Amino acid sequence: MNRNLTLLGLVLLLVGLGTFVASLFGHALVGGWGGLALTWLPFTAGGLILAVAPYAGTTPGIKNDGIWRGTFSGRGVGAWLLGLVLTGFYCLVYWWPEHLEGAIRALDPLAQALAGGPASQWFLYGYLYTLAVTIMGARMAMRYRHNRYQLVRTASVVFFQLAFGFLVPQLLRAFQQPEFYFTYFWPLKKEYLFPNDLQGLASSGGFGVFMAFWGVAVALVATPVLTWYFGKRWYCSWVCGCGGLAETAGDPFRQLSDKSLSAWKFERWSIHLTLVAVTVVTALVFGNWALGGAWLGEASGKATHWYGFLVGSVLSGVVGVGFYPILGTRVWCRYFCPQAAILGLIQRFYSRFRITTNGGQCISCGNCSTYCEMGIDVRAYAQRGQNIVRASCVGCGVCAAVCPRGVLKLENGPVKTR
Amino acid sequence: MHVVIIGNGIAGVTAALALRKRRRDWKITLVSGESDAFFSRTALMYVYMGHMRLQDTLPYEPWFWQERRLDRVRGWVVHVDTAAHRLTFDDGRTLAWDKLIVATGSTPNRFGWPGEDLPGVQGLYSLQDLEALERHSVGASRAAVVGGGLIGVELAEMLHSRGMHVTLLARESAYWNNALPTAEAEMVGGVIRAAGIDLRLSTELGAIEAGDHGRAAAVRTGAGERLPAQIVGLTAGVRPSLGAVAGAGLDAGRGLRVNAQLRTSHPDVYACGDCAEIVDDPERPGRVEQLWYTGRMQGEVCGANVAGEAQTYVRGVWFNSAKFFDLEWHTYGQVRAAASTRPPGERTHLWQDAARRRLLRVDTVDGAVVGMNALGLRQRQDVWTRWITEGRSMADILPRLGEANFDPEFSGKALGQAAGALREVQA
Ligand SMILES: Cc1cc2nc3c(=O)[nH]c(=O)nc-3n(C[C@H](O)[C@H](O)[C@H](O)COP(=O)(O)OP(=O)(O)OC[C@H]3O[C@@H](n4cnc5c(N)ncnc54)[C@H](O)[C@@H]3O)c2cc1C
Ligand code: SF4
Repeated sequence: MNRNLTLLGLVLLLVGLGTFVASLFGHALVGGWGGLALTWLPFTAGGLILAVAPYAGTTPGIKNDGIWRGTFSGRGVGAWLLGLVLTGFYCLVYWWPEHLEGAIRALDPLAQALAGGPASQWFLYGYLYTLAVTIMGARMAMRYRHNRYQLVRTASVVFFQLAFGFLVPQLLRAFQQPEFYFTYFWPLKKEYLFPNDLQGLASSGGFGVFMAFWGVAVALVATPVLTWYFGKRWYCSWVCGCGGLAETAGDPFRQLSDKSLSAWKFERWSIHLTLVAVTVVTALVFGNWALGGAWLGEASGKATHWYGFLVGSVLSGVVGVGFYPILGTRVWCRYFCPQAAILGLIQRFYSRFRITTNGGQCISCGNCSTYCEMGIDVRAYAQRGQNIVRASCVGCGVCAAVCPRGVLKLENGPVKTR
Repeated sequence: MHVVIIGNGIAGVTAALALRKRRRDWKITLVSGESDAFFSRTALMYVYMGHMRLQDTLPYEPWFWQERRLDRVRGWVVHVDTAAHRLTFDDGRTLAWDKLIVATGSTPNRFGWPGEDLPGVQGLYSLQDLEALERHSVGASRAAVVGGGLIGVELAEMLHSRGMHVTLLARESAYWNNALPTAEAEMVGGVIRAAGIDLRLSTELGAIEAGDHGRAAAVRTGAGERLPAQIVGLTAGVRPSLGAVAGAGLDAGRGLRVNAQLRTSHPDVYACGDCAEIVDDPERPGRVEQLWYTGRMQGEVCGANVAGEAQTYVRGVWFNSAKFFDLEWHTYGQVRAAASTRPPGERTHLWQDAARRRLLRVDTVDGAVVGMNALGLRQRQDVWTRWITEGRSMADILPRLGEANFDPEFSGKALGQAAGALREVQA
């Protein structure tokens, strides 16, 4: 029965993909809603079936059989091909969107309905991103249906991506409001503290003032408070869109992260350097603004541009997502995300969050470390009976889920008992 | 001073680390015939099932051994000369030592079954067993696993994960009921069957039969039934592996006999882990402990004593855990398996949910909690250890059962239900 279902899913997915590729080359069979439905209905249905079918009829529990033997999940040929497709797609979106024109036009009806205007490459990107999070979110929920923490958390990331990562920005456009993402803050969205951008928001009317205030208040007040209380996870594995993609579409690749000490050393340099870079860029922008552009001339504009290219496009997109099948899911989050750097510093030094170890029950099997997408050697702590307090931990809870001896538990509690 | 440790498992490695912590300048050599690097034996099943690669089971990276200056020598020890303080490898090499730690672990039991040496018949203990299993799995469609313990169910799950039809033979009338009370044993048996394993209880192995190519083709049960199987897994327990020290003149019984300081009958030779038999434990003389954590704790004490301290090995309140397919088990303290042997004053209290996915049992002696079993519920070790050590009463612990909860957040009210519904039962 599962085999027939899988076959059906595969056929539907291929119909969707086929018409998508045809539309890329300007060969849409039908236009308007019909064309949209012809591609995306079978794609979504096929994707959902393929995501869920392998778990239908299995008993609820950890299902990691054959992961390292899979061509996609075990760094086989499929993984390299998928990596090529993903990096290629990111390059097109960022730098050569004209090659996506057919697919973008195919989404026009949806963009019109939601935002009252034509689609752009960013609309296409956001649409695909949200679709991936939703379909693979269903897979995640099916895989971990025995674990309420995973269910609630997965529902949360899918909701935030769907609502605040995709729909709300479109609706804002429909109501002639400035584009705004309520779930991104400085320094991940560095502009949300840039003076000109704040002024722009504020001058757009009452709601704009609220958005400007929201961005500043969450970045400066809510972030430290929530992170103190819940740890970094409140954002990285519950709200953030980048985290949302990693936690859903990225789940098949989480085991590929590098667990070595050298990777940890690299991470501590790279992530804090990005934080320094974004701080410098922000300071330059502020300096320039305060001095009416007289200071440093073009420097702040150039710095913003290069930071956007290197960090925003190359590291977060092309490498961050494109390399999922090779380097694992959280390359961006672990090595480069400046937001993660700040949350991590708070989590490491002043948070109630920790992963508790259950006495001497650890059998050093290594499942926890293997499935840690952040490359934390969880076992190194667990086998010594130590709690895990690490800057990079996003609190996804998968180490605790896969542990066959019930050794790990994510907890909030008094800081001094960590 | 040169300390040689035979065996680089959890016991030997822990002993080496404990010793290094105390003696920075001694030379320490870890010897093993099985592998160059310390790996996690408990993770063998996950390698076969594709959850992990072999390298993921190594608890320490290569730099770790260099940093701790722990030398490693690969080879099988065939003789230990305690008078000359020297050991000999199977290829004739020798190695001199000042102090020796024997941490050679276990070897699977065999009971002289007809056909037990046929190709396709094997135990599951070592890396070499894992490699053999990979070879035997090629083209195999049916397997039989003999032995109803913890490794038996793991091996059954492994073979099942590769799509084989697996029959699991156990002598007991309910799964592992020499360790588990009936309710638990039945729940575990139910899980094994639900996974698709053909579980045969009260069934003994009669003989293993060869096929055309001289390879195992079937097992015959004690009752004469023939079950086709190209792989026959023998998992009827393990015993101390004493080949290295045979003929060394060391006092040995079931295992290598040691006192509470883990010293053998020779003053310069110590033993720890699966291979050691602790003789002067007043409660249970002649005890052999074949667990990961006892290996770690013994290694810790052994290393300290070799360094010159006089630590006594105290295991503390018993605990253990396991996973039967998707069902997790935690146990703390002493729970009586056989109701028929229960003395007066000892009582047992049980709760099971309607779906038979969760279970909690608490045993008391004269009103004081002495042990518990949990299935499908993760329980906190330090809390139960404290309750057991302090001899708390049921009335005392029931309202605060939540303190012992170790399930993931949002896991619901199972423990609350258990607290309200734990009832004294006969078995
Ligand atoms: C499949 C499996 C699953 C298990 N799961 C669990 C579990 O979930 N929980 C638990 O508590 N326990 C479990 N155990 C038991 C646990 O692994 C052992 O108790 C533990 O590994 C014993 O450690 P040790 O260091 O004493 O011996 P070992 O790990 O056996 O190490 C001894 C080493 O010495 C080497 N050696 C022996 N003789 C010689 C010689 N003559 N020359 C050179 N080298 C030699 C051996 O090759 C071996 O490498 C499991 C065991 C198996 C096989
Ligand atoms: S998964 Fe659990 S038992 Fe295995 S190493 Fe991690 S904490 Fe220990």
